[in-house]
This record gives sequence, C-alpha cells and structure tokens, in this order.
Amino acid sequence: MSSRGEAAERPGRWDVDDVQTWGPDKHQLGATIPCAGNSEEVETGGWRSQLPVIDQAKCSGCMLCYFYCPDASIIIADGKAVGIDMKHCKGCGICAKECPDRAIVMTTEEKD
Amino acid sequence: MAETHAGPIAVTGNEAVAEAMRQINPDVVCAYPITPQTEVVQLYAQMVADGAVDTEFVTVESEHSAMSAAIGAAAGGARTMTATSSQGFALMWELLYVAASYRLPIVMTTVNRALSGPINIHCDHSDTMGGRDSGWLQIYGENHQQAYDNCLQSVRIAEHMDVRTPVMHMYDGYVISGAIGPLVILQDEKVRDFIGPFKAINPMLDVEHPVTVGPFDGLHGWYFEHKVAQNRAMDRSFKVIQDVADEFAEITGRHYGLLEPYRLDDAEIAIVVIGSTAGTTRMVVDKLRARGVKAGMVRVRVFRPFPHEAYAKALEHVKVVGVMDRADSFGAQGGPLFLEIRAALYDSDPRPQVLPFVYGLGGRDIFPDNIEQAFAVLEETARSGKRATSERRYLNLRKD
Repeated sequence: MSSRGEAAERPGRWDVDDVQTWGPDKHQLGATIPCAGNSEEVETGGWRSQLPVIDQAKCSGCMLCYFYCPDASIIIADGKAVGIDMKHCKGCGICAKECPDRAIVMTTEEKD
Repeated sequence: MAETHAGPIAVTGNEAVAEAMRQINPDVVCAYPITPQTEVVQLYAQMVADGAVDTEFVTVESEHSAMSAAIGAAAGGARTMTATSSQGFALMWELLYVAASYRLPIVMTTVNRALSGPINIHCDHSDTMGGRDSGWLQIYGENHQQAYDNCLQSVRIAEHMDVRTPVMHMYDGYVISGAIGPLVILQDEKVRDFIGPFKAINPMLDVEHPVTVGPFDGLHGWYFEHKVAQNRAMDRSFKVIQDVADEFAEITGRHYGLLEPYRLDDAEIAIVVIGSTAGTTRMVVDKLRARGVKAGMVRVRVFRPFPHEAYAKALEHVKVVGVMDRADSFGAQGGPLFLEIRAALYDSDPRPQVLPFVYGLGGRDIFPDNIEQAFAVLEETARSGKRATSERRYLNLRKD
C-alpha cells in the first residue's frame, strides 16, 4: 500500500531571473512550474508587430477591450482604458475590433 | 491468490504479474485489455472488485487514453501502473514520450507481441523495440519468476530520485504470459517493506501548492536542456538498477544484474539473446560444452539504458558474437540488439566479430536446432579466422 505523496518544499516565488543561463540540472523535474501566478513574469509581447493606440478622448469606459483582451493587457484607471501592458500585449487587435467607440486603432510598431 | 506460499506455485506469467501488482497495491491503474496482456488487467480488475486492493481502476476506451490517464494520475501524485501489448503499445506512442519527459515514475508491464501487419498475435519484440527511444527504462524478463521480480523492482527503480523516469518491464507473449510456470511469491509485508511509501514530486492534487505540469516550453525555451536531463537520469539509473537488484537479492536470494552472462568466461563463441529464448540457448550452450565447444551466452536484462560498457567487458575476449534479434529494424544494418552490441564492441581491441541473426518474428518457433545452426555459423567463422559477411542470418525462415 502506498501513501499519498507529500508536498516537496517549494518557494512562494520561483526565481527565474537568470533562467537563460540554466543548464540541464538546474531545471525542475519534467519542466514542471513549481508555483502559481508567475506567467505575469514571462514576457510574451516580444512577437508583437501591431501596436494598439488608445484615444482616451473617445473612450466611454465600457471596458469591452479589457474583457476581450486574451492577455489581460489593457490597463484601466478610473474606469477607462489608459494604457497597454507592453510586456504581454501580442498585438492581436481584438481590443481595436471590439471597441464600439473606435477609441483603439492598431498601428505598425517600429522597432530598432 | 491472496495467501502466500512458501514453495513455488504454478501460474501463468500474467498471473505472476497480477499478483505482483496486488502486492504493490498502486493508487491508480489505468488499463485497456489486449491480447496477450488481457489476463493481467482482467485479474487485477477482479482484485479491485473484490476489495483486495485499494487501487482506483480506470477503465479507459483505448491505450492512448490508458497512458493519458496514467500520466494524469501520476502527475496528480498517485503511484500509477498500467499494462499493454503490441498494437496497444503502439497506440500509446506519443504519450510514452510525454510520460518520460514529465519524469513520471509510471510502471508498465508490456507483454511482447508482434506488431501488425499481417495481423499477428504471437510473440516477438517489435512492439517494445520500437519504443526504445521513448525515454522509458526497459527491462526484459526471461520467465515467470522474472516477470514477477522485475515488476516489483521496476517500482523502486522508477521512483528513485536519481531516476524518476517511467519503467516498462517485458516478458514474452504466450511463451511466458499464457504458459504455466513456477513462481515463488514473497510475503505481502516483505513486498510492502521493499516497495516503501510513494513520494510524489510537485503533485497537482496538492492544492496548497499549485503547479503547472507540461507547460509550453516557449519559442526559444529549454527543451534541449530537459532532453539532456533525461539522458543524465538514464546514466544514473545503471547504479540504481543494480542497487535495487542487490537489495532484492537480500530478501529473495535471487540475483540480477544489468545483463546475465552464462558460461562466458572462457567462451570463444557466444550468443546474445533477449527473453524466453535464453532458456533454450542455455540448454544448447550446455550441449555444445559437452562436446568441447567453447560456447557461451549473454541474456539481455536491461535494454534501456543500454549497458554498453558492461557488454564490452563481458564479450571482448570472445572471437565471434552472434546477436539474436526477435525484431527487425528494416533497412538498418541489423536488428536493434545487433546494432547496440556491435557499437558496444567497436572500441575493443582485438574487436570481436559480431553477426546478426533474426528469429521468431510473429511467434515463429525457435528450436534448439535453430540455435545450434547459429552457433555453427559462429564456430565456422571463428575457425576460419576470416571476417564473415554481416548480412542477416534468419533462423527457421522458410526458404525461397
């Protein structure tokens, strides 16, 4: 008869700041992510080519952009869209498509 | 079969393994029946129904689902087992790699059977030989006792923190799985002590410590590093397999190694063979020895990881080695075992000749005469002192 597994000691935060330098033995067994809530720390905006730009004068504060955004990248302040989380926005354009006030337009992002 | 017996009892190979599973009493078994493995899961399902074990038995709709469910259960934190054969093994294919790369210590009994086609239900090793690069450890047994013993040892090996990799153990379909043979069963408590409690690593069901299992590796992630980590676990497993075998010997008196040489010390010719045919080969070796022929044999126990250094050491003094494959690698220089043995001996000086033999495909009978024919080829090659061609020799093949 086997007993149920015990929890291994795990940190509240997974320090992956230098993950680019990790060799085979430093990784978690089987590539498991050992704690929750850290997807926020991973940059997923690197492949963006289209950039949403908000015209705050047109924003009525319906927040549809916020609800539709698949990457939770719309920054809201005082009930209005005031900015984009550039670390996570992939430039998909759903916010611009859904905005009934046409307050968001997609522009081509130029990178150095 | 819940009671324990002091002496050997007569069982089928499948009964031997079902009994081992009862004693292991895993948290979860996810399995689907397939000839010739069916009896294992049928007997085990009965044990579950009878309350003889605490196992959650997941009756899935296919082997793809069996391995998927096993992965889920093991990732959840359960000691998990399954069993299959042939087409079922093939249907598990993509999940075999997933189980290994997630480093889940699942133990799977695989009863060797030919892969279609033509459709064939009899023994050869083409099923598990095809899975040799899936990242699982592979341990082959010869007889009923070894099927039982390997099943118990596989749990310890898979769960060892230097390994943490799934293990499949094999025995020959019908020849062992369905035929009656002798088995000495350990007492339940001895098995329990030997197996020990299961310690899950990062279990998903530990809701106080949420984890993500199987995340996407990113666009330029660490797949390469994880593959190397798997291979390092393979390297470390040689010692673990031997340590577990030695500990097992202390309680049973039955000794196992990575490979099993027989009358090899002064042998000039030798055969390397996997599975139940080792028994027949041993008999032929004895017969040739009685005639003064310096014949020997090695039975393969561990195929993954492949203990190439141990084979080089065991065989380097032999003049001609014959490798008997019960599976072929179409278009390759020879069968999978031949390729391993030949590569293992490449650095030996002098380098033994290594000749490929293929036998027993689709359950074709292998008689002592056939093995004598193979030894005759080795003997003639050794006597001539010349290099023989390395094309396949087929044993008991109907001629054109």
